[in-house]
Amino acid sequence: MSETLHAVSVEVNGKPRSARVPARLSLVDWLREDLFLTGTHVGCEHGICGACSVMLDGEPVRSCLMYAVQAHGHRVTTVEGLAKPDGSMSVLQDSFCETHGLQCGYCTPGMLIASQGLLNSNPSPTEEQIRDAIGGNLCRCTGYQQIVEAVQLAAERMAKDGT
Amino acid sequence: MKSAAFEYARATSTAEACELLRRHGEGAKLLAGGQSLVPMMAMRLVRPAWLVDINEIAELKFIAVEKDMARTGACTRQCMVERDDALAARVPLLRQALAWVGHVQTRNRGTIGGSLAHADPCAELPLVAQVLGARMLLRSAKGTRTLEAEKFFSGPMATSARPDECLEEIHWPAWSWRRTGSAFTEISVRHGDFAMVAAAAQVSIDGDGRCVRAAFGVGGAGGTPLAFPKIAARLVGTRLDDAAVTDAAHAAATETEPGSDLHASAEYRRHLAGVLAARALREARERARSL
Repeated sequence: MSETLHAVSVEVNGKPRSARVPARLSLVDWLREDLFLTGTHVGCEHGICGACSVMLDGEPVRSCLMYAVQAHGHRVTTVEGLAKPDGSMSVLQDSFCETHGLQCGYCTPGMLIASQGLLNSNPSPTEEQIRDAIGGNLCRCTGYQQIVEAVQLAAERMAKDGT
Repeated sequence: MKSAAFEYARATSTAEACELLRRHGEGAKLLAGGQSLVPMMAMRLVRPAWLVDINEIAELKFIAVEKDMARTGACTRQCMVERDDALAARVPLLRQALAWVGHVQTRNRGTIGGSLAHADPCAELPLVAQVLGARMLLRSAKGTRTLEAEKFFSGPMATSARPDECLEEIHWPAWSWRRTGSAFTEISVRHGDFAMVAAAAQVSIDGDGRCVRAAFGVGGAGGTPLAFPKIAARLVGTRLDDAAVTDAAHAAATETEPGSDLHASAEYRRHLAGVLAARALREARERARSL
């Protein structure tokens, strides 16, 4: 059967992107399979694991629980959009490397989006606030401790740099 | 884990959404935040022929704090309600309950009306609506009507809203006594999951510490969230001492008819209903006393 296609225009990582998509195409599938932004991972596909987290208009959301057609007219930031303009890693990404905040890496894009979302609104979070912010993201490797340390380190570095 | 094919329409006004519902009948579903509907569609538990997206309807997103109530548009995001200090001052149970709802990512997208219309008997916001006696304004192409929470929730995942109706607005009663305290608590397997059992309470006390109004209820212990207005009325005039609170909570627990499932037996849920209702009432009392 042929499905109706819907025109969408979305700002993805600062660039305007347009496409025609079937209504049932999830935002994460559009990002990965049509835009080749494979940094965002697909885990459970039903809103439990958090691996697919992206920012929608600056706020973390699950991209498996949105259809691409719904992103029309909005801004999406994926993990690719967190890096500095020259492609080098952001303070937060570098802090994840520094503290071993990842092992297999599957949850990492979602963890980065969730913790960047926290730091954007709260530059000096408590440990409890960090744990709450990443509470919707599952990691089966680290035990979370080094991820919490990464966010704490990033917050300290950002405060020092004034960035 | 991909949704079955459906037709999609993005409504730009409530009137347009109602007209789309009228036209497409029972095969159409409203798409609000999608935090429950989209997973159900991904698992193909539901396969609507049409989705009517109400996310871009500006008139459904607002918070208005008035003298004796707060009004919220049905498509107001949970994160907006959570952050609103004026609302938290007048209807504190909303922020207290939202602390238990999902995660940052789901509250950024999830809506107040979506949670109420989904009517999961374990969900937090339906319990708050039931305990406070919130009123739901429903609109269809034929007109509007208002339903009390008690009439709105009709069973597990079921409401009295007709397939052609759109939940438009929710009225949350605000209590006028200065010394009013409320509390929300629950037990779940993991924080952010639906509750095994949840409890919410709100009490007002006079200058002498005597209860002048009380309301409480439990979720997860029946097909709908449950409130116990008759038992709560017996607390009026008492000093809400621990014995009175425990009696009320246990009387409520014996009225519950929870089911058994993988997560908890009916017996355990009934036990939790009593323990958590007492805990919520005591916390609400302490907050009222501190004012």
